[in-house]
Amino acid sequence: MENMSRRKFLKLGGAAAVGLGAAVVTKTADAAQIGGSYQKDSARMQAKNWGMVIDMSKFSEESFNACVEACHSFHNVPNIDTKKDEVKWIWKQTYEQLFLDETHEHLSAKYKDQEFMTICNHCQEPVCVRVCPTKATFKNDQGVILMDMHRCIGCRNCMAACPYGARSFNFKDPRPYIEEINPTYPTRMKGVVEKCNFCAERLALGQLPLCVELSNGAITFGDIDDPQSGVSKLIAENFTLQRRANLGTKPKVYYIV
Amino acid sequence: MIEKALVKRSSKSYWAWIIFLLVLIAVGFAAYIYQMTQGFAVTGMSRDISWGMYIGHLTFFVGVAAGGVMIVLPYYLHNVKEFGRITVVGEFLAIPAVIMALLFVVVDIGSPMKLFNVYLYATPHSMLFWDSVVLPCYLLLNLVVGYSVLQAENKGVHYKKWVKFLALVSIPFAFSIHVVTAFLYSGLPSRHYFLTAMLPAKFLASAFATGPALIILICFLLKKLCGFDAGETAIKKLSTISAYAYTATLFMVGCEFFTAFYSNVPGHKAALQYLFFGLHGHNQFVPLMMVFVALAVVALCLMIPRQNRDNPITLGVGCACIFLTMYIEKGLTFIIGGLSETPFGEIASYHITVPELLIIVGVFAIGFLIASILFKLVVVVKKDRDVDAFPQEDRAGLAARLLAKGSDK
Repeated sequence: MENMSRRKFLKLGGAAAVGLGAAVVTKTADAAQIGGSYQKDSARMQAKNWGMVIDMSKFSEESFNACVEACHSFHNVPNIDTKKDEVKWIWKQTYEQLFLDETHEHLSAKYKDQEFMTICNHCQEPVCVRVCPTKATFKNDQGVILMDMHRCIGCRNCMAACPYGARSFNFKDPRPYIEEINPTYPTRMKGVVEKCNFCAERLALGQLPLCVELSNGAITFGDIDDPQSGVSKLIAENFTLQRRANLGTKPKVYYIV
Repeated sequence: MIEKALVKRSSKSYWAWIIFLLVLIAVGFAAYIYQMTQGFAVTGMSRDISWGMYIGHLTFFVGVAAGGVMIVLPYYLHNVKEFGRITVVGEFLAIPAVIMALLFVVVDIGSPMKLFNVYLYATPHSMLFWDSVVLPCYLLLNLVVGYSVLQAENKGVHYKKWVKFLALVSIPFAFSIHVVTAFLYSGLPSRHYFLTAMLPAKFLASAFATGPALIILICFLLKKLCGFDAGETAIKKLSTISAYAYTATLFMVGCEFFTAFYSNVPGHKAALQYLFFGLHGHNQFVPLMMVFVALAVVALCLMIPRQNRDNPITLGVGCACIFLTMYIEKGLTFIIGGLSETPFGEIASYHITVPELLIIVGVFAIGFLIASILFKLVVVVKKDRDVDAFPQEDRAGLAARLLAKGSDK
């Protein structure tokens, strides 16, 4: 099945150095089984369980804003002003809002109001996947929680279920709110739910997620099931927090506070 | 048989009522088209309050539908003969109630043209999938059983054995529809107001209070409008069931208060604080919850003492209070209360919009229309076959009608 012997690290230029934990396993196509000259795409970045470590102390305001801008414009996320109807994949929340269970009333404002990057946690035990009546939201073979926009009926059960507020519903047609449509990524229609996809479309091309690339080393991406990966090493060496770990969802976005 | 309800012996006021409902349905449908073209931005729902009044109403009407079983169960399982005359009322109440519940799901779906993906990609680990299985089944069971029983009565024969079998099958289904609906919420890990094993029990208890209360009110209405007498014992038994189930429901509401406020866990308190007292300056539901508390006290005073339950006026008011309080607690505030605390610890408010309100009115009108037709059918059949049910009926007129009916054949 999987040829685990050929393990190598991809280098994706300067910014991609942070991706040193991204273990890449190239699969050899079983020609006899498939027939013809089929060859599995070896460019695809593969891991058993993608995860992320965010070190806010290394994250500058500029690079954070660049991440948000790049993510939202690449993924055709509409820029809707009204808070009620907004769609967002990546944004900021304060420590107090993000780590509800790890705060207290006397915590210094210095920490309370510190801002943190917020995205989908790509949980190992995702509640959204459990409740979805059509499997429109699902976990792929690499531990990334994805959405099938064509299958989503817009029941919003996943939004009620998500403990992280990661999901947005298209309350109106998003297209008029996209400044410039990126033709390489699909736009959505009104009436479906969407969220961060760990840049699965970029992983398929052997590229790191946009926010990872633009974070100037503040975000590390890799296989959390592989003890040799960059994320695993960071988690082993630093004090890290998960959001609402007590809920059993096993989120895979870790924060170095 | 259905033609009896549609045309025969229909008074002008009946037609006026039907036309009034059709107008409301048209208005609701127009509002629904507006919601579909503009998107859900025209509703009060938001990124935080992702479920609102529609899902609240779904929950409440599943309860109403399940409540009908409080006639069906005693009659078919315990042979409580006094309910014989009105079992069909319980079954026919479930039909519009389930249809309304299903419609409240449909109007809540963002992409309704893809609705049948629920069956195409059946997902057993999703509670919403199970809801979409048990609700149509329960609807079908009640349609078949209710109609067959009434048809047998119309022909002057006893209903067939398989009808009783299906009626018995419908009993666990009645429980299942509300339990599954409760599981939709009580299995969500981060919503403290939902995350309680008490929820399915509380839902069932409130359904068994609301259903019989509504059936009593419907019987009173049928008596006033058509002279149909459900029978004193039947009403008494129903009122006892409703009173006990209501007390149990309020007890469970009280238990939620105790657990939240005695334990003093902020997450457990948040929704109750928001709904009943206001939290972080958000207090839009406080007046409504005060109405709930006041009417609940009135309902208890009217329903617990036996002499009040035996008096049709106090019983009627008591049943209306039960229905209204459960509508407030389960239909209007439960969902929004549960979602009010966002995953970021803030309180999100919800303000119903005009299109949303019109859609809700439209669904109500559809329910009332179906109920009106079905209950008229019941009255028309019973007038010919169950003479004792119409004590004020002019016997000579009845004889003439039966004679005419005989010569028809």
